[in-house]
Amino acid sequence: MPFGYVSPEQEMRDKADFARKGIARGRSVVVLQYENGILFVAPNASRALHKISEIYDRIGFAAVGKYNEFEALRLGGIRYADINGYTYDRGDVTARGLANLYAQSLGMVFTESRKPYEVELVVAEVGEASSDDQIYRLTFDGSVTDEHGFVVMGGVADTVAGRLKDRYQADMTLEAALDAALGALTEPGGERPPVSQLEVAVLDRTREHRKFLRLAGPRLERLIAGAPAAPSLGGEEADGEGGPATAPEGDIDTGSGE
Amino acid sequence: MSAQRDRSDHLLFLDTGSTSFTEFVQSYAPGLLPARFEAAGPIGDMIPHATTIVAATFDGGVVMAGDRRATAGNYISQKDMDKVFRTDDYSCMGIAGTASTGIEMARLYCVELEHYEKREGRTLSVEGKANRLATMIRGNLPLAMQGMVVVPLFAAYDIDGAAGRIFSYDVGGGPYEQKRYAAIGSGSLFARGALKKLYREGATADQTVLACVQALYDAADDDSATGGPDVTRKIWPLVAVIDDEGFRRLSDAEVEGYVRQVLDARMEDPDGPTAPLR
Repeated sequence: MPFGYVSPEQEMRDKADFARKGIARGRSVVVLQYENGILFVAPNASRALHKISEIYDRIGFAAVGKYNEFEALRLGGIRYADINGYTYDRGDVTARGLANLYAQSLGMVFTESRKPYEVELVVAEVGEASSDDQIYRLTFDGSVTDEHGFVVMGGVADTVAGRLKDRYQADMTLEAALDAALGALTEPGGERPPVSQLEVAVLDRTREHRKFLRLAGPRLERLIAGAPAAPSLGGEEADGEGGPATAPEGDIDTGSGE
Repeated sequence: MSAQRDRSDHLLFLDTGSTSFTEFVQSYAPGLLPARFEAAGPIGDMIPHATTIVAATFDGGVVMAGDRRATAGNYISQKDMDKVFRTDDYSCMGIAGTASTGIEMARLYCVELEHYEKREGRTLSVEGKANRLATMIRGNLPLAMQGMVVVPLFAAYDIDGAAGRIFSYDVGGGPYEQKRYAAIGSGSLFARGALKKLYREGATADQTVLACVQALYDAADDDSATGGPDVTRKIWPLVAVIDDEGFRRLSDAEVEGYVRQVLDARMEDPDGPTAPLR
């Protein structure tokens, strides 16, 4: 046996350990279903560098790990979605297709590169009803799991998931879901992160056109305080003029922040 | 072979490159782009054409309206065509000229804006959007020479300036910003004349919609390729309003209200409202 030989098993184990360590360094990200869609919550001090983002009309993305790696995956996902929506129809872009693309890419990098990606992703698609929602979790080696209810990744994922399990119920209101997520992300007895340190977004099935909406600033504070949400958030009541409402409901997220 | 292709697919998706969706499509699947072929001869008359679009600004926004007729030569090929497209939350475009190319351009442009927004986490400036559309029209120039002419009209709400803005183009690109109102298509001469008389500075959205509907009526009155309101089939013009709340396409019932007002007045006076001589 030549000097410096590493068995494939050992090599894969080393890569996996390396990736797991990288992913565990950051803080956890929580993705969970609520009555009107899917909620994403990430402690994130940056206003500009997102861990959560829109991929397509009904599809959102959340990631933990190394920023440049998951950002490349995010941009690739947007390309994939836009080209498929343009080639076929907007309705033909699915989270399943996107998850498969990511699985292929991550799997290839894991087996063929010296260094695996230190990332973990969630690709979520909001459906017409909560039973149609799809949440896919992808790990650094390209494995995919189809999740229901909630997912926690990154940081001390198991601990946070344990806390979330106690609080999570199906079809919670947005306020309750946000409260459960923040409770799970906080150490028992610890202080919850301030609004400025949170990145929160929803895929809200009641919205027109694009379902993804970032929640920030006063609106997020109101939600966290448990105050009734701004009437525009529900989406239905803003435009009662008969005929299909085509106006964007409520605040429009221009991506430019507050 | 297929494994090879799969693999290069991944690399293409993951080579993060430019923010332009069109540039990406060009390198990845150029066949998907609006036709860039050289036609053997003028083919313009064989393909349905979209005709009149009008737009006018008001205090705090902009209105765009289009008739519903598509023609191929002297044949009316469609009575309920949609020529006004929402391109993002705060902008829309109307098309006149070759319908197929125009629709394709609108579809691509819409993805182009959204692609930029999702990648960069910010929307393009209104100027940026207008210039981007100009580039797409320039790309269509060889085809325009063959009769596949498509000329869009672009309207957007400028959040920074809190005002509606209108850009018109020629087949070579443009863009030319229009301060108050604009019209494109074969009926545009008549529509522009009507708007010139009916446009009021500081008008409300409501009044501006009415002025646009009047202008379309006048265009249909004198241009055979522009369709008037189809009362028996209940086909009304398409009217979009963009203000600080974003893009909103008026419902059929709303537009019917405006059209009925115009029609009732025209029963009395077929040439419509008159402006004082001085």
